[in-house]
Amino acid sequence: MTKNGEFYQRDRTWHPPAVTPDYKTSVTRSPQYSLISLQNSVSEVTGPVFGHNDIHALDNDLIHNYAQAGDAAIGERIILHGRVLDENHRPIPNTLVEVWQANAGGRYRHKKDTYLAPIDPNFGGCGRTLTDESGYYFFRTIKPGAYPWRNWVNNWRPAHIHVSIFGTAFAQRLITQCYFEGDPLIDKCPIVHTIPDAQARAQLVAALDMNASVPLDSIAYKFDIVLRGRRSTLFENRLEGN
Amino acid sequence: MIQKLDYLKETPSQTAGPYVHIGLAPGAAGFDIYEKELGWDIAGPNANGERIRIEGVVIDGTGSPIKDVMLEAWQANSEGHYAHPEEGGTVEDGFKGWGRVITDFETGEWAFDTIKPGRTRGRDVGQQAPHINLWIVARGINVGLNTRLYFDDETEANAVDPVLNLIEWETRRSTLLAKRNDRDGHVVYRFDIKLQGHNETVFFDI
Repeated sequence: MTKNGEFYQRDRTWHPPAVTPDYKTSVTRSPQYSLISLQNSVSEVTGPVFGHNDIHALDNDLIHNYAQAGDAAIGERIILHGRVLDENHRPIPNTLVEVWQANAGGRYRHKKDTYLAPIDPNFGGCGRTLTDESGYYFFRTIKPGAYPWRNWVNNWRPAHIHVSIFGTAFAQRLITQCYFEGDPLIDKCPIVHTIPDAQARAQLVAALDMNASVPLDSIAYKFDIVLRGRRSTLFENRLEGN
Repeated sequence: MIQKLDYLKETPSQTAGPYVHIGLAPGAAGFDIYEKELGWDIAGPNANGERIRIEGVVIDGTGSPIKDVMLEAWQANSEGHYAHPEEGGTVEDGFKGWGRVITDFETGEWAFDTIKPGRTRGRDVGQQAPHINLWIVARGINVGLNTRLYFDDETEANAVDPVLNLIEWETRRSTLLAKRNDRDGHVVYRFDIKLQGHNETVFFDI
């Protein structure tokens, strides 16, 4: 009998390392000792489960979820959609996907953001949804603007949407950022370049998806998310218990 | 030529950035948008077991508390069962076992109220000591950091815990022990996390 086993180990050469000096904040916020490798126990292969009671059906519409009735956020109307899969190409259904982003001018609705571009009164900047039975998700939003940040003297983040995904286990927990095809700022960004591998960086760039665009309404970008795959164990080591 | 292995690559991680609260705790960012924010009640009203509060700060390599951290907790109930279909056990109605907290913008202090977890089954045999799994993200952290919080009054269980015993440097094990205090009749555990340098907290590749 096969049984779900451990998750494939993270490829730590694919992910960014902890210390990436060109992204200055990482210098004092990175452990110096090595991580201790842990084979998965029940603590790692389980994780929180969310349902439709936890969220509102319109939480995935950022154009309207903070707008006054009859109004809408200002900016380029886009659909961000894709599937959440694991490394074995299996869809991950019913998992929570959360996003947050700046408005069309690159301003975040956050008391710590003092960038001079104005707040959009009809735009909050966060959304969430559950994947369907095929692992599919979508958000309706406006395309975020680039914004400056204090790293080098003249650093600008590319347009991006932050994405948080749970998967089925605490071991799959992931936060990343989605960029947009064709943005010339992507290749200049020290945060993008915390990822050493060019193919890995490319995995964070959503493709313009004309097939999913809604004529005269919204243009679409496709962003698939891959979480760790899982081994099937043919043999069990447990000699007693369980 | 050999056959090609047809696996996908995991989506690479990126920092959660300084405005993580917008997405994951918008009330703290300064606006109300969701009817229900997630993660503020780990145990729920029906959970059995000892009610505890856990608090601490996350400290960077210069010794300063970090004021834009988000932590997530994942824990078993007092019987040692996780609220997950694969676990096999059952939990009290309303027990989620998962929580999310952010640090105070001024002080860097974070805290959450929960129940003390029971012992969970070990990977192969035996049991793990009571612990809470923590995941830490922030500006400047490129991949979320995993650690575990154990309890300093669980001496016997800690002594045989398979994970604590995996840490070959015995002096480092104490970085995972939360310290018990009593405050006005309430049980409070202190758990400061040191990201870098002297007494650096143990982080795991899980």
